[in-house]
Amino acid sequence: MAPIQTEAPAREKVAYRSGRRRLIKGLGLLAAAALAPVAAPLVVEAAEQAVSQAPTSEVKLADLPDAQPNEAALISMQRELHRAMQKPVEQRRWAMVIDLRKCIGCSACTIACKAENRLPPGVVYRPVIEEEIGEYPNVTRRFTPRPCMQCENPPCVPVCPVGATYTRPDGIVEINYEQCIGCRYCITACPYSARVFDSGDYYTKSTPATQPYEMLPTREYGKVYNRPGGESPIGNVRKCHFCLHRLNNGMLPECVTSCIGVATYFGDLNDPESMVSELVGRTNMIRLKEELGTNPRVYYLL
Amino acid sequence: MKANAGAITLGGLWAVALIAGLYGLAQRALYGHEVANYGSYVPWGLWVAQYIYFVGLSAGAFLLSSLVYVFGLKRLEWIGKLALFTALITLMSALLVIWLDLGQPLRFWKIYTNPQPWSMMSWMVWLYSAYFLLVLAEFWVAMRADLVIWGQRGGLSGGLARFLIFGSRDVSPAAVERDRRVLRVLGTLGVPLAIAFHGGVGALFGVIGARPYWNTSLYPILFLTSALASGGALLAFVVAYFWPEQRSAQYRDVVMLLGRLTLGLLLLDVLMEGADFSINLLSGIPAHADAYRAVLFGPFWWAFWIGHLLLGIIVPLVMLAIWPKLPKVVGAAGLLIAATFITVRVNIVVPGLIIPEIAGLERAFSDQRLNFNYFPSTTEFLVSIFAAAFAVALFFIGYWLLPLTSVTEEAAPAAPSHAGP
Repeated sequence: MAPIQTEAPAREKVAYRSGRRRLIKGLGLLAAAALAPVAAPLVVEAAEQAVSQAPTSEVKLADLPDAQPNEAALISMQRELHRAMQKPVEQRRWAMVIDLRKCIGCSACTIACKAENRLPPGVVYRPVIEEEIGEYPNVTRRFTPRPCMQCENPPCVPVCPVGATYTRPDGIVEINYEQCIGCRYCITACPYSARVFDSGDYYTKSTPATQPYEMLPTREYGKVYNRPGGESPIGNVRKCHFCLHRLNNGMLPECVTSCIGVATYFGDLNDPESMVSELVGRTNMIRLKEELGTNPRVYYLL
Repeated sequence: MKANAGAITLGGLWAVALIAGLYGLAQRALYGHEVANYGSYVPWGLWVAQYIYFVGLSAGAFLLSSLVYVFGLKRLEWIGKLALFTALITLMSALLVIWLDLGQPLRFWKIYTNPQPWSMMSWMVWLYSAYFLLVLAEFWVAMRADLVIWGQRGGLSGGLARFLIFGSRDVSPAAVERDRRVLRVLGTLGVPLAIAFHGGVGALFGVIGARPYWNTSLYPILFLTSALASGGALLAFVVAYFWPEQRSAQYRDVVMLLGRLTLGLLLLDVLMEGADFSINLLSGIPAHADAYRAVLFGPFWWAFWIGHLLLGIIVPLVMLAIWPKLPKVVGAAGLLIAATFITVRVNIVVPGLIIPEIAGLERAFSDQRLNFNYFPSTTEFLVSIFAAAFAVALFFIGYWLLPLTSVTEEAAPAAPSHAGP
């Protein structure tokens, strides 16, 4: 019984913190809209404080009930995530399943990812490829979100001259921003164009007022990176990391929670009860460039 | 007087290039990579192309110097130092431009502290570092006896020579013979090193399976033949135009030999390129042929047809075939080949990157850096110009201050700088 008692407050703490962060985010947006130039530095400061206080250790949330029949997919995936986070990291195998029949091409995931990771111009982790198939009147459109495939055999990893990118035990291909020298060799090696270069641009730099939201630090990999000042990740290669910093705080990747039609699923393939485990076993499952043998951990349902 | 006016014009052009280049360098220093047009989908551009261009010239010139120091080709003996010096300065320019290309230039040392055995780039850096040290050592030994003799002069060159000999005084036949043996050992080590280094640059591209345009086992070989052709051509130009005593029969003989070598090497390179292009264009698989089609018929078709094929191959081939005995023509042909070879390098780097890896990605997100069209920015051009002007400056400083072209055995047979028969 003792473990449950000690863990329960931890969960409350996380909930409180994420709630407070949301509040600060909201305040930030309001302030930015209303009196951006005056309030901006304060908001930035507050947000930075919140970020630096954000827990970097993994959260243990053991005591949630199991998935209920007919409950919303997001809730189930949230529970699965918590279950997976109980296990040692090497026993997790994260995977994403994107149901192309349900994707309407709204690009909410692209933008949510941009906001979550504070991505500058030239950097996008999850573009949505739009195709028009057939000819009128037999015409349809297909939308293919393309995050990092988190390949089991990633061609981008062995080419790195400094070992700045590697596969984590849970399968996520990570970039160490402190180690990356910005040679961009890995960008050329990725068959999915999932890696991008941070050239140091800002959307509003050439406007009368550089907007404070662009000055906020990014919390990727559970660390705090301040781009203003020209530091990493400027001059680094960047890519999707399944929102590792969110996973470590018990949250699903931003693209999953922001998908309006629940077209993106996320979970642990080592958990036979997880939704992704069930979905990847379907006959309409494909992976991009399967013939390369990269073994992507992003699956598509046709 | 006419030659003087020409020299002044060229000097003025060089000064303009240097100043413009410095401006580009300042932009790169102040604004980082914002001022460059390479980005996320086309991550490498003019600077990477210029890097492989310069290292190609370096490896080519070095391998030709081995004809002297390893294979004992007496006819070329007196251009050995010039070849080594050319290899050294082109390498230095190459390293400058690739260093500026890094996203985090101040972290370059991490390649030394954390080398990765499976990364061709890691290998390349280690190999060019070893190659750099070896060329430097070989160049010094090749000059040592001449430096001792020059040390007796006054002025800047004498002072520099006295400093550079690091206390070495011995110019006896025995010492010169010892230099010769050391040179042979260094050169013998250098040949596989230069081949591994520049073949490795080819392999750096060749191993990228994601880019069908690069992913060919021909690349390490192709890089070597192109290095030899462009390096040989550069050397022919340098010797034809910068050798001090242009009336001697030896000068004509050496330039003619370099011209012939360049002709043969260029033809060998054409063979390699022809194999590469024909196999992939005729494969009938668009994924393989698209980049080649872009080279031949894309928006920058002129780089291949005019820059490379016409000015870099056909015209110099005709010049070398018709006037092989006119040193200035041979030298001009060499300059044409060497200068236009940058188009070959750009056409290796960029076309491999401009074909979207997933169809439709080019329209998936509107952003200046998330597209597959690349043309260098002004800053990229200016920095490239700086690197070239830097190489030219190094060349003339060396030409002025170092005994690059001293042929001591000709002027004074007793002087023992080259105790050859």
